[in-house]
Amino acid sequence: MEWMAWTWPTAIFFMVIASLLITFTILAIKFPETPRVGILRIETTRGDRLFITLLGSAFINLAWLGLVGPDTQPWAMAVCLVWAAAVFRWV
Amino acid sequence: MNKTVNQKAWFLVLPVLVLVAFSAVIPLMTVVNYSVQDTFGNNQFFWAGLEWFEEMLRDERMWNALQRQLMFSAIILAIEVPLGVFIALNMPKGGFWASFCLVLMSLPLLIPWNVVGTIWQIFGRVDIGLLGHTLDALGIDYNYTQNIFAAWATIVVMDVWHWTSLVALLAYAGLKSIPDAYYQAAKIDQASRWKVFRYIELPKMMGVLMIAILLRFMDSFMIYTEPFVVTGGGPGNATTLLSIDLVKMALGQFDLGPAAAFSIMYFLVILLISWVFYTVMTNLDKKGM
Repeated sequence: MEWMAWTWPTAIFFMVIASLLITFTILAIKFPETPRVGILRIETTRGDRLFITLLGSAFINLAWLGLVGPDTQPWAMAVCLVWAAAVFRWV
Repeated sequence: MNKTVNQKAWFLVLPVLVLVAFSAVIPLMTVVNYSVQDTFGNNQFFWAGLEWFEEMLRDERMWNALQRQLMFSAIILAIEVPLGVFIALNMPKGGFWASFCLVLMSLPLLIPWNVVGTIWQIFGRVDIGLLGHTLDALGIDYNYTQNIFAAWATIVVMDVWHWTSLVALLAYAGLKSIPDAYYQAAKIDQASRWKVFRYIELPKMMGVLMIAILLRFMDSFMIYTEPFVVTGGGPGNATTLLSIDLVKMALGQFDLGPAAAFSIMYFLVILLISWVFYTVMTNLDKKGM
């Protein structure tokens, strides 16, 4: 494992994503759902919405870093939370 | 009728998961780890935080490579897709010549990338190459090692030569699946050739065409070997596409951190565009196209 050059922040990052995936898998098995059509006019399941949230969050963080700078990066995470809530509510 | 629900079938996916983990997920995790650290070799790493991401976002070299990359993908898609459809429309519908055309069309697809690069590198040379020599004899100033336009023309024509067949074959498969009844109905309505294409052939081909565009986009966006063999990224940096620049940075300069940070952004762009294509494709499927 040493060759992978692990650090705690990246390990936590992957653990969060892994636990999200596991949670959503369990949710999908325990509470099956029918896909719905949101404002993007495409059918989405919870998993799709998670994917859109994560991908969007990556771009939000990069945009924040490029436009605002690294000192206020935690605020980008706040924007991501708003983004996540919006995606799960309306997409 | 009651459907049986058996989630155990998911275990059959395990071998693929293991394979993908080793070939893609674990290397990608390593890239993420590299992107927040600095190294001077010897497997020693120092925490750098978001520094490389910030540096890459402001790095003109990378933005220029991204621009060139987008331009390359746009040009080859704009040529290959219409050309592939045109070829498919004009291919024989059956019999010996259909099989002959299919074999002929598949030939470029069977040639390994580096060989394609070598073929065009020699083909374009002014001293010994047929193309370069002919153009030179015609009085056209063609030298892909010095002239930016010639270098671009060479790699674009090379990609078109290599991959238009794929689009043509997919479009041909789409065309073959259209039942005759549609054409008969069009004939009764006295539809023009253009209208048959616009209202029957194009909508019926849409699904496979989207797959072709997606495949061609992803492949051209990640292209490395062919332009590297032909131009090596030159003249200057004129044909240094993203992956060529990344390899230069990661292996040539051993700047693993910045290269990793940029790889992640590169990956995110591909992921986003592929997702958009995939979503459009599945929606077309649901509409029965």
